[in-house]
Amino acid sequence: MTTATHPSASAPSLTPQQLFRKQAAGEGLSPDEPDAAHRHVIVVTMENTIGALNRVANLFSARGFSLESVSVGIAEGQTARMTLVTTGNDRIIGQVLQQLNNLVDTLHVDDVTDEAFVERELCLVKVAATPAERSALMGVVDIFRGNVVNITPDSMTFEVTGPPTKINAFIGMMREYDVREVARSGRVAMRRQLVFETQS
Amino acid sequence: MPEKNVTGAEILIRSLEAEGVEFVFGHPGGAVIQIYDEMHRLQPKFEHILVRHEQGGTHAAEGYAKATGKVGTVLVTSGPGATNTVTGIADAFMDSIPLVVLTGQVPTKLIGNDAFQECDIIGVTRSITKHSFLVRDVRELASTIKKAYHIARTGRPGPVVVDLPKDVIAARAPFEWPERISLRGYSTITRGEQGQVEKAARMMRQAERPLLYVGGGTIISNATDALTRLARKTQIPVTTTLHGLGSFPEDDPLSVGMLGMHGTWYANQAVQNCDLLIAVGARFDDRVTGKIDAWAPHAKIIHIDVDPACISKNVPADCPILGDVGHVLAQLEPLVEFRNRADWLTQIEAWKAECPLEYVHDGALRPQHIIQELRRKTGGHAVVVTDVGQNQMWSAQYFTYAEPRSHITSGGLGTMGFSLPAAMGAAFGLRKAAENAAENAVPVISINGDGGFLMNMQELGVAAAHKLPLKIVVLNNSYLGMVRQWQELFHDERYSHTHLAPTNPDFVQLAEAFNCVGLRCTRPDDVTATIDAAWEVTDRPVLMEFQVITEEMVFPMVPAGAATDEMITQRFNPEEFA
Ligand SMILES: Cc1ncc(C[n+]2csc(CCOP(=O)(O)OP(=O)(O)O)c2C)c(N)n1
Repeated sequence: MTTATHPSASAPSLTPQQLFRKQAAGEGLSPDEPDAAHRHVIVVTMENTIGALNRVANLFSARGFSLESVSVGIAEGQTARMTLVTTGNDRIIGQVLQQLNNLVDTLHVDDVTDEAFVERELCLVKVAATPAERSALMGVVDIFRGNVVNITPDSMTFEVTGPPTKINAFIGMMREYDVREVARSGRVAMRRQLVFETQS
Repeated sequence: MPEKNVTGAEILIRSLEAEGVEFVFGHPGGAVIQIYDEMHRLQPKFEHILVRHEQGGTHAAEGYAKATGKVGTVLVTSGPGATNTVTGIADAFMDSIPLVVLTGQVPTKLIGNDAFQECDIIGVTRSITKHSFLVRDVRELASTIKKAYHIARTGRPGPVVVDLPKDVIAARAPFEWPERISLRGYSTITRGEQGQVEKAARMMRQAERPLLYVGGGTIISNATDALTRLARKTQIPVTTTLHGLGSFPEDDPLSVGMLGMHGTWYANQAVQNCDLLIAVGARFDDRVTGKIDAWAPHAKIIHIDVDPACISKNVPADCPILGDVGHVLAQLEPLVEFRNRADWLTQIEAWKAECPLEYVHDGALRPQHIIQELRRKTGGHAVVVTDVGQNQMWSAQYFTYAEPRSHITSGGLGTMGFSLPAAMGAAFGLRKAAENAAENAVPVISINGDGGFLMNMQELGVAAAHKLPLKIVVLNNSYLGMVRQWQELFHDERYSHTHLAPTNPDFVQLAEAFNCVGLRCTRPDDVTATIDAAWEVTDRPVLMEFQVITEEMVFPMVPAGAATDEMITQRFNPEEFA
């Protein structure tokens, strides 16, 4: 018996349909063109049940996405509100969002990346500080509208809230001193209510 | 008057009765002993089937669910009982089969303590369940059971695990079956968006070379009649996936058979040349598409599916329609019209003639012949439950399915050892349905390779004890055939650890030892007589061992990672392939 592959018309150039699909999939059309990948800020509202958090995080790890930031807190009506930040191919993240929506415990999934939204992060920084350094440190903290939350003879702890860029800048400034500990909350985000949205 | 307090175990049993459960496939153990005790006392309306391995139990529940369209139920103990269900749960998840798996758990206060037979089964199964529940309060037990069945059954069906700590089972509360349940995060879609449906109808009218690509979702949503009407009205040919087999009669001239890796050459040819592909309850699996960039290069795509996460997942659709397949097809039907597609259909006929499914007739005993004889014997009125490997593909290619739910297989996970327990579960369900309708149940045929059969053969005893007249076929080629095929084709004939003959049992004796009938067939001339003899047995399972040749391979074949138009259509010839 012989015969290997049946004749095939392997066309080297792409059909219009193949081009459409590549574009729709956010893939680069030529090898040197990268896929469409962005950072996404996703707000998930879910039932506050055991395991719900795990299921959400699972979906991202199952598709090989690492979560850059996760924060969760209780919101109104027995719900938990989660803000996730991750980076990846837009289409695949779109799919993960569909899968998130499919979870029995999720009530609402909102990718606010391309929307007008407010985001905030809280950060605590403990630095070694002699009494002589205190006033200089306070000067920096005041510029960032931060607060002192703890003070000892040889250290001070500050609290700063703001968009992640501000937090980064603040931590950068503190690096001039002897930073002992940094704790960041991860971001929380919310769509902005635009004035003209309420009028019509 | 308030109801009197009863145990959690009784609440569970009453809840299963209220759900209309017919069979519980289970295995007892310490964590669930009280449930078994209450079953003994209460003599519930459902029948408990004592399986001999919890994996067999989950596959039996799957077979029951696939054959009847109802939810399958499994009951196991904690720890090893629960972990033994994992393969079946994963299998059900991949193939969208509705299951409720009730697992015993150590008492609430010991959870997390590494207690005896403790396993965090919810954690273990998180990524392979549609949902899961840990019941912490006996007062929530009844509503949790109702939710579990609702979730398993609706939307895209799937497995749900309910973990039942021993103290919750022992605690007491009144039994109240809730009228309604609230799941605010869970909604299911039925109707398709009308604008999209109209767009699809327009695309179907305009297409010159359209093709329906039909998956298992069509059978799940009981939409096969609607599909058949639509295809005939529009004269659009139909190809099905492995799970779509039976959704459209394969002996209809519009059928082009199965597509994909081991589909027909002409089906794949039709896909590569069509200008419109209408995907109905199918998910563009990689065994269907092969190298995805090269697949259906000229086709616009309409994708009808109930799962939003599935639409445009692998191939972006030009016209996505989210909805229940049955509803959407009903919406489409009035919008489409008859169109003469003689050119396209003639082309397809020419492809069918150019490269039909065929095998060699040289006096050697070949599996394809056996499958064809089974079809002839039953006229297609049977449920064929296959295992995984070559036997699965020959069963898909050569049986010519004509009825929905007549073909059951493990497609997504590809679980060896699936067939026998799944066939058993199907037979229980069909026997019950036939009794209720005062009819004869259709025969259930379990088709196996010699390798996979041994993986769950313990269930033979269960089938015999319940007098199930299963027709069990073992295609004994003395090898892990499908792996051997790849070794021959792609690994220079290095048959590493695929030869089974040294350890294979005598299958006829094995059957007899389990109180089944064993028959052996070694020559093509005896195939018909063997099958006829097997059909004479009506009070127990019969196992037919066919000693088929080792060398037979499944063709045609798309090599892994190749484009679907690069099919190998006959025995491989390395020179020509290079
Ligand atoms: C549980 C499990 N283990 C391994 C495999 C990989 N596998 C796929 S087909 C196959 C060979 C099956 O051999 P056999 O049961 O004799 O059937 P045949 O292919 O000969 O029909 C194997 C090992 C699998 N699908 N499932």
